[in-house]
Amino acid sequence: MSGFFDLPSDLQHSYLGLVGLHLREALLPVLAGLIVSLPVAQLCVRFRWIYPPVLGVTTVLYAIPSLAFFVVLIDYFGQSETTVMVPLALYSLVVLVPAIVDGVRSVPPETLAAAQAMGFGPVRRYLQVQLPIAVPAIIAGLRVATVSSISLVSVGMLIGNQGALGNMLYDAQTYERSALAVNSVLTIGVLGVLADGVLVLVRLLLTPWMPRKGAGR
Amino acid sequence: MRAPTARAVRRPRGPLPANVQKRARSRLFPQQARIGRTRRARGVLIRIDSVTKRYPDGTVAVDRLSLEIPDRSITVLVGPSGCGKTTTLRMINRMVEPTEGSILLDGRDIRQQPVNTLRRSMGYVIQNAGLFQHRTILDNIATVPRLLGWTKQKARARAAELMERVGLDSALAKRYPYQLSGGQQQRVGVARALAADPPVLLMDEPFSAVDPVVRKGLQDELLRIQDELGKTIVFVTHDIDEAIKLGTKVAVLRTGGRLAQFAPPAELLSAPADLFVEDFLGADRGIRRLSFFPAAGLELETAPVVPIDADAGEIASRAAAPYLLVTDPDGRPLGWSEPDKLTAGAVDREQLLDHGRPFVPATDSLRTALDGAVLSPTGWAVAVDGEGRTVGVISQQVIGEAIRDAHSRVAERADAKAGR
Amino acid sequence: MNVLDFARAFFSDGAHWHGYDGIPTRFAEHVGYSLEALVIAAAIGLPVGLVTGHYGRGGNTLALIATAGRALPSFGLLVLMVIWLGLGMLPVMIPLVVLAVPPILVTTYEAVRSVDPSPVDAARGMGMPEARVLFQVELPVALPLIYSGLRTAAIQIVSTATIAAYVSLGGIGRYIIDGLYQKDYEKVVGGATLVAALALVTLAVFWAVSRLTVSPGVRRSG
Repeated sequence: MSGFFDLPSDLQHSYLGLVGLHLREALLPVLAGLIVSLPVAQLCVRFRWIYPPVLGVTTVLYAIPSLAFFVVLIDYFGQSETTVMVPLALYSLVVLVPAIVDGVRSVPPETLAAAQAMGFGPVRRYLQVQLPIAVPAIIAGLRVATVSSISLVSVGMLIGNQGALGNMLYDAQTYERSALAVNSVLTIGVLGVLADGVLVLVRLLLTPWMPRKGAGR
Repeated sequence: MRAPTARAVRRPRGPLPANVQKRARSRLFPQQARIGRTRRARGVLIRIDSVTKRYPDGTVAVDRLSLEIPDRSITVLVGPSGCGKTTTLRMINRMVEPTEGSILLDGRDIRQQPVNTLRRSMGYVIQNAGLFQHRTILDNIATVPRLLGWTKQKARARAAELMERVGLDSALAKRYPYQLSGGQQQRVGVARALAADPPVLLMDEPFSAVDPVVRKGLQDELLRIQDELGKTIVFVTHDIDEAIKLGTKVAVLRTGGRLAQFAPPAELLSAPADLFVEDFLGADRGIRRLSFFPAAGLELETAPVVPIDADAGEIASRAAAPYLLVTDPDGRPLGWSEPDKLTAGAVDREQLLDHGRPFVPATDSLRTALDGAVLSPTGWAVAVDGEGRTVGVISQQVIGEAIRDAHSRVAERADAKAGR
Repeated sequence: MNVLDFARAFFSDGAHWHGYDGIPTRFAEHVGYSLEALVIAAAIGLPVGLVTGHYGRGGNTLALIATAGRALPSFGLLVLMVIWLGLGMLPVMIPLVVLAVPPILVTTYEAVRSVDPSPVDAARGMGMPEARVLFQVELPVALPLIYSGLRTAAIQIVSTATIAAYVSLGGIGRYIIDGLYQKDYEKVVGGATLVAALALVTLAVFWAVSRLTVSPGVRRSG
């Protein structure tokens, strides 16, 4: 009888190795999504008319099942990690762009006027006023994007075992070891909750000026 | 002992026509009609009996407060923030439950009836009106009648009636709150509170979110409605001027929820109970107090008044006065002039000195009269009748003597009362 | 061949429009699964969200439950449920409901909690019973936000219901899974296009429902 954390050798990784792989496959896309969505969101704030179409396109992208995305991308990137990560980056874009736009827009106009009156240029104003005030909204978006990205990586199992912790699901079915499936689901769930907690901490550190109420309030 | 008090507080602002009183009462619900019958004899409708509100964290919002709120008049609770005035008001309709003490409505503990029945028998108006943004103006006003089980049709008919009463154009009936100005929204709030014709109206800083001009309009409107309906109104404000303008009696509360003074506004101004009240009243309470002395008894002079078409003889006959007030042929004031600068038949209106703001002796106070005299470049105030026709003029000195007389009469009365 | 060519080929093939594996059948199956999951999730999320939002309590607990719900991988749950429960509808519904409850729950809670407190105070002060305060004062104003939570949940369900095909059930996912195993990209792209189209239909339905049921007084005041 093998232990809960002993994995069949065909997974080619130890438990912790899979955790590391999973985190990389899940978090890199979110990081990429964040880097892309900042300028996109700024464009949407500057030119209001862009926002509704951007919102429409991203909603449709979000609706496309991850598996369909993966399959289509196999043609371009093969059965690789990239194939899994590109759709995840797109999904995180869908969550992050509206979050950042709403966050930046929520900066009170008086604050912007005051910054302008004190002689802040557009770039300084963005970096030193708008972005910091939008941090809570951006982090809220990051929390959703990160957690769902961690959860979605597992689908990669279907395209030639690119699902990291999700690959355990395949073995669970093949060897009828339900413990492997439980392990996979729970580990992914715990990783998601932990990542969420880390982001809450980051927000607390970045926004000492916010009143400390309950996280859900 | 009780009867005179009741009479004194019942009609603070000129007699209410008997038919209006009857009409107001006949609309009451059976349960409230009982209050209507008995309250005449009592004179006190709401008795707050050594009430304390202490929150779980230990802060005391209201501290052993006792107040007798007279029937059919406006009682204002005023004080700085944190003085427990809103808490006190909210205890009357049990939005807040007192920690100790009791509140009696018409002699009955308010805890004896179901809380929602109690609340439906009291109108409730709050800051920013608190309108339901998803309902039309008409349906907002019809809320309480609907809660009481009236048919939609009857409730709406009543709401339409109320819109007129509070001065809202009936064209607004189908609008939504966001389409109304702040002042209009507050009128809707008042109409909604009045819709089921409750004998009691609780108003929590209802006018503090609107600009001063609109606020004055709303205050005047409230006084007019009160003249027609004769409700028992408890009104919370932090604005002492509003308290003095609206209150039949004013309760000044100090921080920590203790009563500093409970008196009619004139008495508050003339005899503040302590330094706190005096401070709270502000620097010019002497001037403000003049609002409570009528200008009716002032001795007006008619000699220094000449019509613009007066002949040389008439002007000459009045030349003893330092200044003459020139009026148009109907008697409306045009301006002041020195007698020797007036030429009969060729008066240049542009050359006249400004006559300031005239006062109406029948309705205005000594404060308005004095203000008119102070603003006039000649030191004389102009008195006019309701149509704006000059009835006389009066100098600052004479107004000053009238003020001294009025003060000494109040002092005599106070002495007499103390001696009894 | 690019993606558009695949899609064109898929939809112009007459064989895809008939029979038990035809587009109308698969589409209807997909709508059926999605509706069922949405109704179950709403039956759980709406009442809990409304009540907790009304009393303004339990926000932290809700946030935790929602995060946990989001963190559990739908696909993993499906596999686990199949191992435990065997094939059938239930193993599909569980992950879909777990997926959909968090957005409904959290948004409903936030929607009710963020209703302007002064009309609520006025309503209580006028003697409105609590249930009426919730349903006649808070709910109508919270409705647009509640719809947005339901809409997010619905879109996620529509997209994720494709996993039903992995456990031998129907729905549009059939094309995607079959396409994957048969290396038939036409089917995969066609299936993805159908799911996206269904998502757009869902958006349109929500827009229409919101037009019909949200008071103009709430809509215009934002």
